[in-house]
Amino acid sequence: MRAHKASMQMQKQLLKASQWTWQEVLLWALVFATPWIFPGHALIVNEVAIVALFALSLDLVLGYAGVVSLGHAAFLGFGAYTAALFAKHIMPDPFAGLLVGMSASTLLGAVFSLTILRGTDLTRLMVTLGLALILLELANKLDWLTGGSDGLQGVLMGPVLGRFEFDLMGQTAASYSLAVLFILFIAVRHWVHSPLGATVKAIRDNRLRASAIGINVNAKIALVYTVAAALAGAAGALMAQTTGFASLDIFALDRSADVMLMLVIGGVGWLYGGLLGAVGFKLMHDVISSITPQYWTFWIGLFLVVLVLVGRDKLLKPWKWWA
Amino acid sequence: MMSPNTSTKTVTTSATVTCVLETRNLLKKFGGITATDHVNLKLQQGARHALIGPNGAGKTTLINLMTGVLPATAGQIFLQGQEISHIAPHLRVRQGLVRTFQINQLFDTLTPLETLAMVISQQKGLGARVWQALGAQADVVNRAEELLELFHLQAVHDQVTAQMPYGKRRLLEMAIALACEPRVLLLDEPVAGVPAGEREELLRTVSNLPKDVSILLIEHDMDLVFDFADTITVLVNGAVLTEGTPREIANDPQVKAVYLGHGEELQHV
Repeated sequence: MRAHKASMQMQKQLLKASQWTWQEVLLWALVFATPWIFPGHALIVNEVAIVALFALSLDLVLGYAGVVSLGHAAFLGFGAYTAALFAKHIMPDPFAGLLVGMSASTLLGAVFSLTILRGTDLTRLMVTLGLALILLELANKLDWLTGGSDGLQGVLMGPVLGRFEFDLMGQTAASYSLAVLFILFIAVRHWVHSPLGATVKAIRDNRLRASAIGINVNAKIALVYTVAAALAGAAGALMAQTTGFASLDIFALDRSADVMLMLVIGGVGWLYGGLLGAVGFKLMHDVISSITPQYWTFWIGLFLVVLVLVGRDKLLKPWKWWA
Repeated sequence: MMSPNTSTKTVTTSATVTCVLETRNLLKKFGGITATDHVNLKLQQGARHALIGPNGAGKTTLINLMTGVLPATAGQIFLQGQEISHIAPHLRVRQGLVRTFQINQLFDTLTPLETLAMVISQQKGLGARVWQALGAQADVVNRAEELLELFHLQAVHDQVTAQMPYGKRRLLEMAIALACEPRVLLLDEPVAGVPAGEREELLRTVSNLPKDVSILLIEHDMDLVFDFADTITVLVNGAVLTEGTPREIANDPQVKAVYLGHGEELQHV
């Protein structure tokens, strides 16, 4: 009887991690209100929601599975171009295009996952970077399809759910992107708290032991990578749909590097790390570049050095400096 | 879900019925060095079998070969009559061949409770589930709680593994292996670093496991080995020197020579 009671207690403790807290609910309520609270900034909200989804995707790979990548923009770009082409040539419905963009990136992720199973972190950085560069050059060369260096223009989207037209203020776009971010966030949240999520964390912590308890390490890593590719593809599709445009720079190294910076700012292996990092990064970008447009990278560089050397915890809690 | 049996050849002979784990002429060479030298070892059903030998005798290498961490240069390995020489390490685990490590191999960011719940979920085939939270199944949590109690880990069950004291980490190392529900358990110096008074109890806990768990123990402390084992195999320079009951081994002049430091002479015999 006593043992039974103890295990009930333990079950509660285990399940606590997967339960929603009121802070989380409040946070999301605020997030959804932003396009209406700041109607003039709806376009920025849209942009942040999209990079937050992109950062969430990289966090699955980097933070949860422990796999480094310098070419995550490959999936972002592939989803974007696929969704843009789909809207232009087949059907302008946003959700259909989103699903097509996600599916395309999922397939690409499944294929590319084979390249990250072997080797060290350094080889993975190089391989992922290389694959993104290959896609960049393909998008450049296949200009009959992609528009080449001019980008893919003239993407006209239909209304969301057949009712909500995209407006110039970007309120529809922001709400659409936030809704997609939220739905995918819930899915990922569910996922990381499942037994599967726990096995992925176990692989990150100790591959040798993970294999020694019967986990098929390579299969799980390939699976995480593929799921993350799907999320990045969704972010790319949203980007193309809400801007009506897909251009080559979506595959660029800057994209892959920026999203990694966002994760470093917000914290890896934490669901809200990518989200907060995206918000922080975008805010800093906007504030600093409005003060000093040319030298904003200097300040973000300085911030990163201080952040990494001092540590996030100490930086955010100055009252602990002398404790 | 992959069936573990599809990838193995079934080679059952009458001689291997009660023998749960067997190596035949197992050979491992690292360049010019022979780490495992044609080892023939049989682990009987329900055995409490110890593997002893001086440092560098190749005990851990032998375990690495059995579990598939290292590929063998030549020779065969059989688990319950089936050849497993060429199947992947994680599939050997799913067939019941489980090990612990001489140096702790733990999941540092998880708590012992999360670790065990994860391992048990994996063992029950729930490792691929996404629609349930970890711990949603009562039988998983109950088993985790049993293991936490068996290894005196209740007090630290909610502490992050990286921050646990060494002794508790050592116990978790063993609890993880048992959570895999092994048929054959390979223990690589499980009590190394455990305080002297607690070693006996820990080994007794292991020894008292049901007899359908067969155990191969690597251990340096001779007193512990003689208490624990019903059979002892002595490994020297990668080869089996001799095998017998604890009494036979204790009185074997060759073994005495090895352990009294005259190993150099023996090597050239």
